[in-house]
Amino acid sequence: MRVFTKMIVSISVVWGLSFAAVAQLVVDVSADGDFQENLQEALILAESGTIIQLPKGKFNMLTALSLDVADITLRGAGMDATVLSFAGQVAGSEGLLVTSDGVWLEGFAVEDTPGDGIKAKGVDRISFKDIRVEWTNGPAATNGAYGLYPVESTNVLIDGALVKGASDAGIYVGQSQHIIVRNSRAEYNVAGIEIENSYFADVFNNVAMHNTGGILVFDLPNLPQMGGHSVRVFNNKSVNNDTANFAPEGNIVATVPRGTGLLIMANNNVEVFGNEFAENASANVLLAAYPREYNDDNYNPLPRGIYVYDNTYGRAGWDPDKDVKELIAPLTGLPVPDIVWDGAVDGFWSAFFGPDEGDRIVIKEAEGTTFANLQFVKDLILPWGADPATDITDHAGKRPPLAQVRVAQESAIAESTD
Amino acid sequence: MQLSILLWGRSLAVAIIACLCSPPLLADGVNDAALMAKRPARQLSAYGLFVDASHQQPSDGVVPYDLQVPLFTDYAKKLRFVYVPPGTTATYDDTEVFAFPVGSVLVKTFAYPADFRAPDTAVRLIETRLLIHQESGWNAWAYVWNDEQTEATLKMAGKVLPVEFTDRQGAAQSINYIVPNKNQCKGCHSFNREMTPIGPKARYLNKDFSYAGGVANQIDHWRDHAVLAGVPAGDKLPTTPAMGDVGATIDRRARAYLDINCAHCHRLEGPGSTSGLFLTYGENNKTAWGYLKRPVAAGRGSGGLAYDIAPGDADASILHFRMASTDPGIMMPEVGRTMVDKEGLALIRDWIKQLK
Repeated sequence: MRVFTKMIVSISVVWGLSFAAVAQLVVDVSADGDFQENLQEALILAESGTIIQLPKGKFNMLTALSLDVADITLRGAGMDATVLSFAGQVAGSEGLLVTSDGVWLEGFAVEDTPGDGIKAKGVDRISFKDIRVEWTNGPAATNGAYGLYPVESTNVLIDGALVKGASDAGIYVGQSQHIIVRNSRAEYNVAGIEIENSYFADVFNNVAMHNTGGILVFDLPNLPQMGGHSVRVFNNKSVNNDTANFAPEGNIVATVPRGTGLLIMANNNVEVFGNEFAENASANVLLAAYPREYNDDNYNPLPRGIYVYDNTYGRAGWDPDKDVKELIAPLTGLPVPDIVWDGAVDGFWSAFFGPDEGDRIVIKEAEGTTFANLQFVKDLILPWGADPATDITDHAGKRPPLAQVRVAQESAIAESTD
Repeated sequence: MQLSILLWGRSLAVAIIACLCSPPLLADGVNDAALMAKRPARQLSAYGLFVDASHQQPSDGVVPYDLQVPLFTDYAKKLRFVYVPPGTTATYDDTEVFAFPVGSVLVKTFAYPADFRAPDTAVRLIETRLLIHQESGWNAWAYVWNDEQTEATLKMAGKVLPVEFTDRQGAAQSINYIVPNKNQCKGCHSFNREMTPIGPKARYLNKDFSYAGGVANQIDHWRDHAVLAGVPAGDKLPTTPAMGDVGATIDRRARAYLDINCAHCHRLEGPGSTSGLFLTYGENNKTAWGYLKRPVAAGRGSGGLAYDIAPGDADASILHFRMASTDPGIMMPEVGRTMVDKEGLALIRDWIKQLK
């Protein structure tokens, strides 16, 4: 036993569980001595079920931290009170890596990692509660790529997070299933919140501002999990996304135009409602096909079954950037309409008669909401080209609602307190 | 506080009893019980793997071996040993790691000679890593050698150690050698989330080794000494060429290098699966091994470049860019090195250059 790791065994009684008393091991990581060694040792030696508590203070980390023990809570004194700074990190491509199931991270901050902030790979039940990840020097191409980075995971919960300055996406959920991202803020990132190659995601009550693009729902080729679907984006504020794109070239987000409220690329069955989009200089909402060449027979590059309704739209499209400036604005004029669909469809029939009912883009917004279907495919087919179609009523209709997403870690709590 | 004093007192008592019972330097063979114990031993000597650990002389049944293409670890010299319990054997596999029985241990000592132009003199042992196959699966522990080079002690949380040496070109090098913690070991040693060895595959072991009793092919030797069973008779076993084997095609040499250095993560079953970049020796899908493949979550690891491998143009290839970096937010592999593998980089550079 390391002398400097103080261990406190406490009995916490959870009254909701009828008469059962649950013994939980609580380990307080000492701020004395080598804090990094104290913490990493606690993360390795912890028994499943342990709560590891971090003290108040700012601590400098030299190498990446990692957690591979199941059912651990890692809890700090708050996202401003407990700060793990990786400004001097010499090894490891993220601040904290989680690879075990049932991990709850709460109330601390990770700052200035050269690579990603907190990565969870292949985890069932990963929760981020009131976590801050920040690059304190503001937007810079030298910042790490992702703030919160669960990937290939199931039952992902991100609640009350704050992520600032990521050179790719602040909150990024990739190749995962059953995801909730809520009550969080993403600011000054290239992408505020990004759901990529994922199934069953609810993104709600978040604020994305001062990013390059506020919220992205992407599906990319050549990956183990493709065919992103069943994503609901609702009751979010995606406003004032005015930071010039600072992602390194080569990454797909480097193509995101400054001032994008929401960008849906590929994916099937995405529901967008109750959001506020405003002050986005390129466009409030973009629905687009994957724009690059690819070599993957199993990949579908088109957005299908998109349902956009009851959102509010403020000013947008007055100063477009990148493709919106070069390809869209010349067709639509300024300001660029609130909602723009590139009109890429899977062939001749769809180009002229619209996609199958299940694949349609359905839009039901307040009168005055502006729209353009750029009809890219029709434009390619017809020798004389095709102008954008701007009649939003072409997309009238209703789609059956997608089911609410539930994550196992919350279902367990709900059941025990019933 | 009272509790910690109590525990400290108890561990001290245990330590004293342990000292009385087993003099640490008197090794009489491998201590199977220590290997199978749930808690790792504090000192490397407790396992009895060496008759003379300072000089890395193994005990009976602990067999030294070598790999055709090693994983680069800041130019460290590596001394490898395998042990399987008496009466058991590992089972041969054509492509994957041999199946080792419970009770096996793979031993790897990392060392630096003072001067790489005289690699066998003034060698400083840095750490010895054990991969122990227990009932619950493989476990990894790192033991760091003391300055006197008489004993190595368990380092659970890893360690950053300053190391100085003179390289092959005669230049003085000073590095922060990183002893990995248990989880970092799993960063590479992972197959479908289970900890697993990387090196002992047929294609890397299929080469000659100078044993005390003479030179022999390693797989033959393992079979003849009952370390390994199930070796196909008469068949031509898989091989990979050594990095510098100019008789082999550059394609085979480069793919072998990427296989041992990258593919433990970069494969569908590995920690790097999320990237879709798969670098196993047998990967035939061109996009999967990087050919005109776009990055996914590379961040600034992309270096502003569009493709993992841009055929004919190493400088436009992310693979090359990340191998040439020592920035933790960019470099690949992510762990296990703080220096650039100049020879490896040159090989990959030449390979990409001639790709069409």
